[in-house]
Amino acid sequence: MLFRVAARQAAPLRRQAFAPLTRRSVTTDAASAHAENIPQEDDKPFTVRLSDESFETYELDPPPYTLETTKKELKQMYHDMVSMRRMEMAADRLYKEKKIRGFCHLSTGQEAVAVGIEHAINRDDKVITAYRCHGFALMRGATVKSIIGELLGRREGIAYGKGGSMHMFAPNFYGGNGIVGAQVPVGAGLAFAQQYNEQPNTSIVLYGDGASNQGQVFEAFNMAKLWNLPVLFGCENNKYGMGTSAARSSALTEYYKRGQYIPGLKVNGMDVLATKAAVQYGKDYAVSGKGPLVFEYVTYRYGGHSMSDPGTTYRSREEIQRMRSTNDPIAGLKQKMLEWGVTSEEELKELDKAARAYVDAEVAEAEKMAVPEANPRILFEDIYVRGSEPRWMRGRTVDETFYY
Amino acid sequence: MAAPRLFRPASRVLSSRLSTFAKRPAFAPLCAQSALRVRNYATEGGVKEVTVRDALNEALAEELEGNEKTFILGEEVAQYNGAYKVTRGLLDRFGPKRVIDTPITEAGFTGLAVGAALAGLHPICEFMTFNFAMQSIDQIINSAAKTHYMSGGIQPCNITFRGPNGFAAGVAAQHSQDYSAWYGSIPGLKVVSPWSSEDAKGLLKAAIRDPNPVVVLENELMYGQAFPMSEAAQKSDFVLPIGKAKIERAGKDLTIVSLSRCVGQSLTAAAELKQKYGVDAEVINLRSIKPLDVETIIASLKKTGRLMVVESGYPMFGVASEILALSMEYGFDYLTAPAVRVTGAEVPTPYALGLENMSFPQEDTIVTQAAKLLRV
Repeated sequence: MLFRVAARQAAPLRRQAFAPLTRRSVTTDAASAHAENIPQEDDKPFTVRLSDESFETYELDPPPYTLETTKKELKQMYHDMVSMRRMEMAADRLYKEKKIRGFCHLSTGQEAVAVGIEHAINRDDKVITAYRCHGFALMRGATVKSIIGELLGRREGIAYGKGGSMHMFAPNFYGGNGIVGAQVPVGAGLAFAQQYNEQPNTSIVLYGDGASNQGQVFEAFNMAKLWNLPVLFGCENNKYGMGTSAARSSALTEYYKRGQYIPGLKVNGMDVLATKAAVQYGKDYAVSGKGPLVFEYVTYRYGGHSMSDPGTTYRSREEIQRMRSTNDPIAGLKQKMLEWGVTSEEELKELDKAARAYVDAEVAEAEKMAVPEANPRILFEDIYVRGSEPRWMRGRTVDETFYY
Repeated sequence: MAAPRLFRPASRVLSSRLSTFAKRPAFAPLCAQSALRVRNYATEGGVKEVTVRDALNEALAEELEGNEKTFILGEEVAQYNGAYKVTRGLLDRFGPKRVIDTPITEAGFTGLAVGAALAGLHPICEFMTFNFAMQSIDQIINSAAKTHYMSGGIQPCNITFRGPNGFAAGVAAQHSQDYSAWYGSIPGLKVVSPWSSEDAKGLLKAAIRDPNPVVVLENELMYGQAFPMSEAAQKSDFVLPIGKAKIERAGKDLTIVSLSRCVGQSLTAAAELKQKYGVDAEVINLRSIKPLDVETIIASLKKTGRLMVVESGYPMFGVASEILALSMEYGFDYLTAPAVRVTGAEVPTPYALGLENMSFPQEDTIVTQAAKLLRV
C-alpha cells in the first residue's frame, strides 16, 4: 500500500508535464480557420483550411481539413447565425414580457451547429431534434414570424398555435420533440424510410448530452448499424443536461465514442465551417452505404436550460463569460470574414443591420397575428387526419361534445 | 358545416341514428355448444371456415400486396414466421425488405417504425404481445398519436400497431394484461379489437389503410379459433368501418356489450340464458374501442332497458366503466335497472388454473350476473 502511494507520488510529476501534449482535444475556437487568395467574385469557390484541432475521430478517417466555400456562402452563414440569435433574443424578451407561455428553450451560443448542418445538406435530407428547436426550424425553411407566432400561440404560427416552443414541423423537419431521447429512434426511422425508398439522402438526428444516456438511443444505434441506415446521430454537447454537467451524468463523456461499433466524429461545434465540413463528409459517408456515424458537436449554451433557469447555479459566470467573449460562433466567423477580406467593415454592418431589421419586422408581424379563436372547431381540428375523424369527440361535458 | 351541430344534445343525435339502425333478422335458437357457429352466413354461398390467425395473415398479405409503402416489422415476424404464426409465409412472399425481423428492443423499433411513418411509409408494427409494448408506449402515444395535432395537422403518421392483448392461458401476471382502456383513452389513436375471423380481417385492413395511428388489439386465445367467413369477406377489398359495433345476436331483454374474446363467451352465455330462463339477450360486439359506437349501444339499451358490459380488463377505470358512464349520460331514462359490468378481477393474474379462472369472466359468471340483473 505504502509502496503504491509512493509510486503514485513519484510518477505524476512527469505525467502531468506530458499530459497536455498527449491528450489532444477539439478546440472550441470559432475563428481557427485559415484562407488565402480570396477571389473577388462573390460566387467563385476558394479553399478554407480548418484548424487541425477541428475534429477528433473514433474508428474513422478524419474529414478533409479543407472546405470549399464562396464569399456568398460565408455571408449567408453569417446572416443565418445573426438572424437566429436575434430571433432567440426576441423570444427571450417576449418571454420576459410574459407573452410566451410554458417552456421556452433557447439556443443562443449554439447557432453554428444548426447553420453548419443546413449548409452541408439539401432540402431532401431530413432533420429531427429535441425541444431546443427554434434554430433548426428556421434553417429548415420556417419563417421567423411563423416561429415567433407559434411561441406567442397565434393562429398563423408554424403549428397553428397547437405546438408551442417544443413542437415545430416543416418539410423534412420532424420536430421539435419533447420527450428527451425519444426522437433518436424516430430519427433512425426517417433514415430507414430513405433507405427503403432508395433516396440518396441522410437523416440528421440531434440530441443533447443529457439525452445521450437514454436507453433507446443505444437501441437506435444498434438497429442503424445492423441495417446500415444513412443516419448521422449527433450529440449537441453543450456541457450540461439541464443543470447536470456531462461529467456528473455520463460514465463516458466522449460522446462520439458512444456508438461503440459505429465510427464517431467529434467536431468543433462553435465553428460553423468545421461543422459544415464534418456534416458534408458524414453525409457522403452515409449515402455511400457505409451506414451511420455518431457525431459530437462541442458547443455551449449561453443561457439557462430554459427561461426559468438563470443558468448560474451549476456553472460559473466566468465560464459563460469566457465562452461568450472568446468562442462566440458569430464573432468568430465575423473575424475571419474581415481578415480574409470577404467583406468590409461597412458591408458587415449593413449585413448585421439587414438581418436585425428582417427579424424585428417579422417579430412585429407575429405580435400582430390573431390568437386562435377559442372555439370547438379549432380546438378539435387535426386530432385525426381530415376526413378520417371519428363522428364526434367529447368535450368537458356531454353538451360540449363536438361533431365533425 | 359542423357549427349548427356543435352542441346538439346527445339524445337527439341518438334518435336521429335510430332510424338507420338495422334490426337483424331473428336468430335461430342457439345451443351453448355451437354458439360460435350459428351465424347468418349459413344461407350464403361460398362460406368458408377460417381461423382468426389465417384471417389476419390474409389481411396482411393483401395489404402488403396492394401498397408498396406498407411493410411489417417486429420480433420474429420473418424467419421464425411469427411468434404466433400470424405472419407465416410473408417473408417468402414479400422478401426481407418488407418483412423485417427486429432485435428485442421495443422502444427502439417502435420509434423507428413511427419515424418511417412520419417520413411517409405505412408501417405495421407487430408486438409479440402488447404486454411488451409497455416498453414503448411513449412512442405510441407521444410520438405517434400526438404529432398530427401538435404539428397543426401538417405531419400525419400512418402506422398500425398490432399484436395479442389481454388474457392468455397460464402465463401469469406480466403476460396477461389488457390494454384496451389504456389506448382507448388517448385522443389521436384509433383502437380496434376483433373477435371473429371477419372482424380480424376487416378491422386489420381498415387499420392499415387508415391515415392515423391505429392500435389493433388481438387475442392469442382466438388465433386458433375458426369462424365462417362469407364470400364477401374472403375478397381482397373487404374492410370493416372503424367505429361501428356489430350486433352479433339480437334480443329484447338485455343488452350485453362485449369485445374481443368475451364476445364469444357472451354469446354462449346468451344461449344459456335463453335455454334456462327463456330470455333474449342482445349481444353487441364492439369491434372498435376508439371511436366507440355509442349510438348502437344506446339504441339497443333503449330497446332492452338493461345493460351489462363484459370485458377482461381490470375493473377500475376500464372499458366497462366508460360504457356504464356513457349509458348514464346518454341512456339514463331508458335504464330499468342499474347497469352492471363483468370484468377481470382486480388482481395481478395468477398462474394456477383455478385462480386464473377466478381472475377473468367465465361464461357462468356472465349468466349468473345477467340472471341477477333480470331477476329471473
